[in-house]
Amino acid sequence: MCDVCGCGDPAKLAIDVHASLLTDNDREARHLREHFAAKGVLALNVMGSPGSGKTAVIEAVARAVAPPAGRGLRLAAVSGDLATSLDAERLARAGVASGTITTGTACHLDAAMVHHALHGPLASAVDACEVFFIENVGNLVCPAIYDLGQSANVVVLSVTEGVDKPLKYPVMFRKADLVLLTKTDLLPYLPGVSVAAIRENLARVMPSARAIELSATHGAGIPELVAWLEARAARAEVPAPPAATSPEISSEG
Amino acid sequence: MHEVSLVHALFDQLDRAILPHPSRAVRRVTVRIGELAGVEPELFRTAFEGCRAERGFEAAELFVVAEAARWGCRACGAGVPGGGPLRCPRCDGEAKLEAGGDLMFDRVELEVVDV
Repeated sequence: MCDVCGCGDPAKLAIDVHASLLTDNDREARHLREHFAAKGVLALNVMGSPGSGKTAVIEAVARAVAPPAGRGLRLAAVSGDLATSLDAERLARAGVASGTITTGTACHLDAAMVHHALHGPLASAVDACEVFFIENVGNLVCPAIYDLGQSANVVVLSVTEGVDKPLKYPVMFRKADLVLLTKTDLLPYLPGVSVAAIRENLARVMPSARAIELSATHGAGIPELVAWLEARAARAEVPAPPAATSPEISSEG
Repeated sequence: MHEVSLVHALFDQLDRAILPHPSRAVRRVTVRIGELAGVEPELFRTAFEGCRAERGFEAAELFVVAEAARWGCRACGAGVPGGGPLRCPRCDGEAKLEAGGDLMFDRVELEVVDV
């Protein structure tokens, strides 16, 4: 007999569950987060539309941190795409240890896919890196709700996408810790686009709006991004001595 | 369309929730979808109706409770209206989402016989 809603229907049994539909993903993400923390890896979930410049930004960072000019921040990346490993090939050419997650028809990465990738050839490079970019499938909608065990969400928004995107995709921007406004070198050709208007719209959907304006092509803003990465990576570092009992990525769960 | 993945997650949880009960005749499933949960209720419904038979829940009806977004000040707790800058009108503190960000499997109703 139903005694949950009080309807008293003798043929009905109501069971209260009250669980997030993302429970399984979140459990897997927690496992990844513990692993990244134990290894001192700053994991970033990099999201944005197709063509917003996610790969180009990571390439520009790789160029900027390369010695002798840079201090040699160790980078690794995994790129999620429906098809091809073109992004991973680009990043490998830029000196980033990289891999691909081919999602087939899936429009987003989930924690299980990232976990699986960490059991592949990329595993040792990720454990040894300081910053691990998880380059999500190009999409401003679906990736937003899946926790991948990252320390921060980085949303790449190119100025060519127009000023209204934060308002149109509030779920994505609400979860962003940092927005990268890319392709600023094209602003002279975009009379209807102002960075001030984009920032104003970000403040309407992001509780703690923070954005860096940059051009991966010309290098503007890249030093500011590298400084942000270095500061966050330093916070992720494991204090010496290295934890001998750090949790390993296990195949269960 | 991540709604299909989410519907399969729902059916996985449904399988677990009804495991202790002899009946698999699920009549109704209640899901709460927040305004900022990143899920389109109509697409979720389409995915639910498209997948329920293959998961053995042919007779299950989906009941969606829509939950509006509600923001509050992280510092002083005052309500922060949406649609404008997400800062507290009273103390300029940072807003935090208090409701409307979740996607919850709230309840399942089973048909039982011989109770």
